[in-house]
Amino acid sequence: MGKFIVRRLLLLIPILVGLSLLIFLFIRLLPGDPASAILGERATPESIAQVRAALGLDRPLHEQYLEYLGGLTRLDLGRSFLTNRDVVGDFLQRFPATFELTAAAMIFALGLGIPLGMFTAKRRGSWIDQAGTVISLVGISIPIFFLGLMLKFLFAINWQILPDSGRIDLVHYSFERITNMMTVDALLAGSPGGFVDALRHLVLPGVALGTIPLAIIMRITRASVVDVLNEDYVRTANAKGLPGRIVDNRHVLRNAMLPVVTVIGLQTGLLLGGAILTETIFGWGGVGKWIYDAVVASDYQVIQSGVLLLALIFVLVNLVVDVSYAFLNPRIRYS
Amino acid sequence: MSQASATIGAERQERSVGLWADALRRMRRSPAAIIGATIIGFFVVVAIFAPFIAPFDPTRGNLADSYLPPSWEHPFGTNVQGQDVFSRIVFGTRLTLGIAVLSVVIGVSVGTFFGALAGYFRGWVDAVIMRSVDIMLSIPGLLFAIAVVTWLGRGVVQIAVAIAVLNVPIFARILRGSLLALRETDYVTAARAVGVRGPTLLLRHMLPNALGPLIVQATLALATAVIDAAALGFLGLGPPDPRTPEWGTMLSDTYRYLNSAVYLAFFPGIAIVLSVLGFNLLGDGMREALDPRLRR
Repeated sequence: MGKFIVRRLLLLIPILVGLSLLIFLFIRLLPGDPASAILGERATPESIAQVRAALGLDRPLHEQYLEYLGGLTRLDLGRSFLTNRDVVGDFLQRFPATFELTAAAMIFALGLGIPLGMFTAKRRGSWIDQAGTVISLVGISIPIFFLGLMLKFLFAINWQILPDSGRIDLVHYSFERITNMMTVDALLAGSPGGFVDALRHLVLPGVALGTIPLAIIMRITRASVVDVLNEDYVRTANAKGLPGRIVDNRHVLRNAMLPVVTVIGLQTGLLLGGAILTETIFGWGGVGKWIYDAVVASDYQVIQSGVLLLALIFVLVNLVVDVSYAFLNPRIRYS
Repeated sequence: MSQASATIGAERQERSVGLWADALRRMRRSPAAIIGATIIGFFVVVAIFAPFIAPFDPTRGNLADSYLPPSWEHPFGTNVQGQDVFSRIVFGTRLTLGIAVLSVVIGVSVGTFFGALAGYFRGWVDAVIMRSVDIMLSIPGLLFAIAVVTWLGRGVVQIAVAIAVLNVPIFARILRGSLLALRETDYVTAARAVGVRGPTLLLRHMLPNALGPLIVQATLALATAVIDAAALGFLGLGPPDPRTPEWGTMLSDTYRYLNSAVYLAFFPGIAIVLSVLGFNLLGDGMREALDPRLRR
């Protein structure tokens, strides 16, 4: 087990070096000069040279890369071209909001996807199963932004039963931001009303972001449970008279969950990318909205660093998933 | 193929159809594949005959006609510029299918090239290519596409390239995996034993047998490409000319006045969902038809 984790950690190094190199080159190879992008069209050659020197763009590439790497180790990814604010600081301030949203989406996807997958697998071939297959395929085919817009129109604008944007009702609830996750902060501040309001704000963006993972998890769970149901040990468990619920939970679900765990890791990438769309539609002040604003304003420094930081989080989540997979599956642990 | 079927000839005698004929036969029996192919066929026809189907010029609008709700004259209504939404969706089919096909063609070509190099040569070539694949796959897809488009600048070809970049590592990994498995098969050993070497072995004997998973993935990649292209458009990274009819951009135009004109978002969205569903159904049907384990 220890060996496996060490090997997996060592594999991270080339990925991280490659990522940093890719993103370093990204901004250096941009068509047009970052300096002229900052200064706009009316910049004089002198002022461009000045900004280039200030950004270190006039030095040899390898020197620039080493300094960039040095900055990385100090968690210094530069400053926004536009606001001159520290990029890492801005990211860390916004990330809890994105984390809260993706966690809500994942809870929705897992909480509904696994039982539905199990349910349809046990009725394999029935009309319920076929309906489930069709619905999950439609779920995979709906773009997040379209689903988000339609949910917003129906529930927030037309029926007005859920808030249309934002993370909390700022007029009624103001409490100290400790973790910057509204649900957690509301609880810490002892405001049950605030907690409920924060949850209500989470529903629409969480469902919009979680629907594709829900459909994928449902499909994977179904396929995996169908495989496990054919195993000898399930027949044995049934034959020796174990109650159905115990067979389901102890024998079927535990073994069927392994592929699902892998998919959870892969879905994180989809969620982090999808967060840009969801946060834009629902005015959710997280990393996604921040990157979207940077795209609109051509703030390359924020785009490249935001992408790097989200990729880093994606890689780390997959590391955790792989390790937990090895923990769950003894066949990997001992090989 | 001929050597392989000779060795197991006895029990295959009664039904000795090739893999492709067999796959096609089973696809014709799969409802998913048929519905998917019908939907895609429909969109292809719309794309080809767009000028005959669309009642209005998609780029020209009359400001006096802005925000007309759906009617006989404008079945899907008109947008803020008074352009006919139905005509824009019809012409948008061309752009969407074009970007999807272009991005998958680039992605498959480049991806299979590197995948073939890695799977055939092994050693350090394999190591370098596969580590690069790992790096590319470690960046969440849509973010990567955004980064590439901001880097290349806005434009239709740039969007296709950005989406192709996402596909390259996927196809490289699939082909490499198939080639590694094929290396160990008896017919490749047999071909080697009679002196087949190098490109002939790769192109004649190995590649044709690795095509199945590639074709399935390519079809599913078309679905993702449609979504990604629309997502880029929605985020304001679509074609630079705002008059260009692009489904994602059409959605993005409208989300600020959802309450007054929801039909503006509804119809382009349905077009996206339908085309994506078509490619997904077709891909799923193909996967089942080409999977030898599911053969009966």
